[in-house]
Amino acid sequence: MEIAVTVNGQLRRADVEPRTLLVYLLRETFGLTGTHVGCDTTHCGACTVLLDEVPVKSCTVLAVQADGSSVMTVEGLETDGRLHPLQSAFSDHHGLQCGYCTPGMLMAAWALLRETPHPQPAEIRRALSGNLCRCTGYQNIVEAVADAAQRMAQEVG
Amino acid sequence: MFPAPFGYVRAESLDEALAVLAREGPGAKILAGGQSLLPMMKLRIAEPALLVDIHRLPALTGWQETAEGLTLGAVVRHSQLERAEALQEFYPLLGRTARWIADPLVRNRGTVAGSLAHADPAGDWGAALLALGASVTLRSLTRTRELPLDAFLVDIFTTALEPDEVLTAIRIPKPAGRPFGTYLKLERKVGDFAVVGVAVNVVLDARHTVVEAGIGLAGVGPRALRAPAAEAALIGHPLESGGIREAAALAAEAADPVSDRRGSRAYKRNVVRVFVERGLKALADESRPEVGVTA
Repeated sequence: MEIAVTVNGQLRRADVEPRTLLVYLLRETFGLTGTHVGCDTTHCGACTVLLDEVPVKSCTVLAVQADGSSVMTVEGLETDGRLHPLQSAFSDHHGLQCGYCTPGMLMAAWALLRETPHPQPAEIRRALSGNLCRCTGYQNIVEAVADAAQRMAQEVG
Repeated sequence: MFPAPFGYVRAESLDEALAVLAREGPGAKILAGGQSLLPMMKLRIAEPALLVDIHRLPALTGWQETAEGLTLGAVVRHSQLERAEALQEFYPLLGRTARWIADPLVRNRGTVAGSLAHADPAGDWGAALLALGASVTLRSLTRTRELPLDAFLVDIFTTALEPDEVLTAIRIPKPAGRPFGTYLKLERKVGDFAVVGVAVNVVLDARHTVVEAGIGLAGVGPRALRAPAAEAALIGHPLESGGIREAAALAAEAADPVSDRRGSRAYKRNVVRVFVERGLKALADESRPEVGVTA
């Protein structure tokens, strides 16, 4: 099936089988390997992307379902070679060790901060409850998101 | 993991979806949010020949609130109900159930009606919507029928839905007084299926007498269960500790769990009793007029 998806602001077309999952469209057809395949069973959230600005697990969405939609992946976070405040905060707070879960964490956190610019720690934990990390624990991730929220407020301010 | 190959139709209208189902027979399956169906297809537990995608049909999105009640379209997503502050006044149980389902990412995609049609015995919506006295609208090309949810849920992963039918709407009657409802869930980890889920919903009149009561149970039978004897015991009385304890004991008797690695039959029954008591006590506290406030 022919589909057209706007990925990180750029309209892209592909011819896919109906069974192609969105995460494989992004990684294998479009070469955007920042989005990871983790558990492949809708649990871990490593494959989280924004579909029409809503965070979803891209291993559990068909590519054909994204036809006509816009997708934002971790590659879409930086602008002009500058890291997004979320990315710098994750780096500064050691919000990752192996980094496998990080793209998904970043996208889920992006969606949280868009709706809730000044989240409480409990709100951050709740928003990230569909994203599993198996090395740092979550403390530094939560601190990174809280700090990113402050940085973003200052940028706007 | 990839699903087995299948055909895909994005329906442009409900009639088109119904026509495809009528033509294709049982090999065709409706796709809405896909948060249960796609994982099953990836595990090759389900191998439909054709998916009929309805998730963008405008006729099935959103909800309508009328004097009779609330009608939810078939593609209302869990996260929509989680955030629907306007529904809290008359249907507080909906938002309080939605927040327990899976995780935020799954809730952004999965649908309430899809969850009912999937009929996982541990699914949260079955219990909550039974407690609310909901019914479902089933449509095929040739007929439309409305079934109480209690008749729609048949057995484990089995509903009254015929292969040519689509669950198009969920109807919840408007409460005849002030409604109070909450959902309690025992899960092994955040976002898991319920080991035990209990939905309690009561409607009080101006004198704080229970005029409607609904208790729904998840994970403790081959399908979501109602606890009719417990409901009956609450009606006509104020919500207070003696009646609450009696209802909790009756609800535990209505549960029919199996022993498995998540707990024994006796343990799960006891969780039902504790949760019904805890839930109803919480509702009683919520409903109590504030003490010490004078006009």
